[in-house]
Amino acid sequence: MKKIVVISGKGGTGKTIFTASLTDLIPGPIGIADCDVEAANLALLLEHVDVRSRPFSGLEKAGITQDLCVGCGLCKVNCRFDAIECQDGEYTVDPVHCEGCGVCVDICPEKAIVMGPMRDGTIYLSRTSKGLMSHAELCAGSGTSGLLVDQVKKEITGEMGDEKALIADGPPGIGCPTISAVSGMDAAVIVTEPSVSGLHDLERLVRMARGFDIRLFLVINKYDLEPGMSKKVEDYASKEKIPVIGCIPFDPAVVDAVRKGIPPTRQDSPASQAIRSAYDKLAEMMELV
Amino acid sequence: MNIIVASGKGGTGKTLVAANLAYALSDQKEVLLVDCDVEEPNLHLFFPQGGYELPVTTPVPVFDADRCTGCGRCAEVCRYGAITVLKEPPPLFFEKLCHSCGGCEMSCPEGAIHEEERAIGKIRFSNPRDNIILISGILDEGEVMAPRVIAAAKSYAGGHPTTILDASPGIACPVVEAMQGADYCILVTESTPFGLHDLALAESVTRCLGIPSGVIINRFSEEDDQVTDFCRSKDLPVLMTIPFDREIARIQNTGGLISESMPAYREKFADLFSRVTSAGGFSR
Amino acid sequence: MKVCITSKGPGPDDMMEERFGRAPFFIFFDTEGEEHNAVENPFASGAGGVGPRAAQVLIDNGAKAVVTGNVGGNALGALRAAGISIYFLREPGTVKAAFQQFKDGKLTEAV
Repeated sequence: MKKIVVISGKGGTGKTIFTASLTDLIPGPIGIADCDVEAANLALLLEHVDVRSRPFSGLEKAGITQDLCVGCGLCKVNCRFDAIECQDGEYTVDPVHCEGCGVCVDICPEKAIVMGPMRDGTIYLSRTSKGLMSHAELCAGSGTSGLLVDQVKKEITGEMGDEKALIADGPPGIGCPTISAVSGMDAAVIVTEPSVSGLHDLERLVRMARGFDIRLFLVINKYDLEPGMSKKVEDYASKEKIPVIGCIPFDPAVVDAVRKGIPPTRQDSPASQAIRSAYDKLAEMMELV
Repeated sequence: MNIIVASGKGGTGKTLVAANLAYALSDQKEVLLVDCDVEEPNLHLFFPQGGYELPVTTPVPVFDADRCTGCGRCAEVCRYGAITVLKEPPPLFFEKLCHSCGGCEMSCPEGAIHEEERAIGKIRFSNPRDNIILISGILDEGEVMAPRVIAAAKSYAGGHPTTILDASPGIACPVVEAMQGADYCILVTESTPFGLHDLALAESVTRCLGIPSGVIINRFSEEDDQVTDFCRSKDLPVLMTIPFDREIARIQNTGGLISESMPAYREKFADLFSRVTSAGGFSR
Repeated sequence: MKVCITSKGPGPDDMMEERFGRAPFFIFFDTEGEEHNAVENPFASGAGGVGPRAAQVLIDNGAKAVVTGNVGGNALGALRAAGISIYFLREPGTVKAAFQQFKDGKLTEAV
């Protein structure tokens, strides 16, 4: 089974649209994971039927049992995260600030504080025409640890048998969630855009990815909007020995497809041809069929 | 007035709005622009100019091998797996997993742990244009404590009468950290189903935090009224729409400012500030 | 000498687990004798730092070697510092079969 993740560094480069297109072109059955847990958009492009969902709990957080609390305030004084509030003599933990360190639990002389699970989000499993898909929604303000991403991957890999591939839509950025999405995958397709921000973030992303044993490929989206910057991106890719598998032109047909809720490869257009060609190169280099 | 520019979805144009709003406003008064997208700060690309840097540090444990008896109490207490106790002291410490809670130091029965500051990022200060001060929060690559760097950047901006903050995309804790204390939030979105879906997520955060908000629709399309319908249903003012325009894209992609190169936009962004101050209930 | 095999279940007939830090169980075998004991991994669904904590379990149980599929950066550092040799086995199979391969000298130590 080949495991491919699509990442970008900078947000908004077209990662999700490219991932949806990949799932459309690659022969099934496959497994699909939407690892962009803060803004899961892949489901908007792939027709699917819900199979199941379950709540997700991340870091445990502290809670004060009011009956046992004597109001000594030791917890508040020692909390490094300003997570303990005192109002009218009542001490409570603010879950948004609590980092689950447990210092208050250990220090409370009355043993009035315990750690408990916090609902951080929901994980969904659904069925698409190509195979099963997992995605998640993170609750606002929750921590972005890679655990939820890891759970989204596990939700789908736990159900896979002899599928030929796992295709994952990665999160933006280079932090914990992206690290978790990239971990254990065979290849990463980086979708970038020809802009100063795009190139800046691409460089940071590649530095992060080099810490993994993973093959890298590059797609330059809307390359024709900025030929000068596109050339800079290509030069950078060449220097880093990252194969550029596709240059996708700006194409209103892509937004049209998004509005229709389908991958752009379902309609013929300059962009969809370029995406197909990028897929062919990827399939060849990764021996996908 | 403290304005935060945020968005559920990445790439909608947060930085474009923050940079241009600051530029247009600098005609009238001094503006403090704060880059809170500490993982991928980009504002400096639009206001390039060297400045000076201050490190952002966090306290981490240092172990005295002579006093350490290998009892393992510190490793038991650490909820982040940052300490591994070996057969021989001192224990192994994973600095990037440490959350600086101070629990290990408190728990050591031998007094073998003290704390020292470790750098996890930096704050860069520059004055790239008249009346614009840029404060950029930068999280070192591989580090996870974004909220700490964001808090540091905000603390240096504290007290200034006109601050514009550029948040990271999404809705997780770094965004909430940046948003807290803002007088008004400008949510930037685009005329697509993705933009709508993620705007709804971001709006629920601002509503939860009680921050009055308005929306800017970038790459606006007349055909797509889902976003405008959503705004109407939530009583969110549409402060401005920016059409898809290749000239705008070209300027933005090459690190330029549309309010500098296109005079109509200088006025529009200046006007945006007035609309925000009146929408937020503030006098100028 | 004690060897640890990462496992999906508590017994030697269970399938080997590819991941180290999030392995549900650690099964310790003695190369000299017949005994083995299973330890459930309390940190398998932790939010972070699972690698070093898993390494701590091995250290506390006196393991001198581990057979697993993948080891993350932090866990690698912890295992090396503790002097625990790492052997990678990435084919699916039972824990018992993995231990046999180790005893027969069929696995290469990771460098």
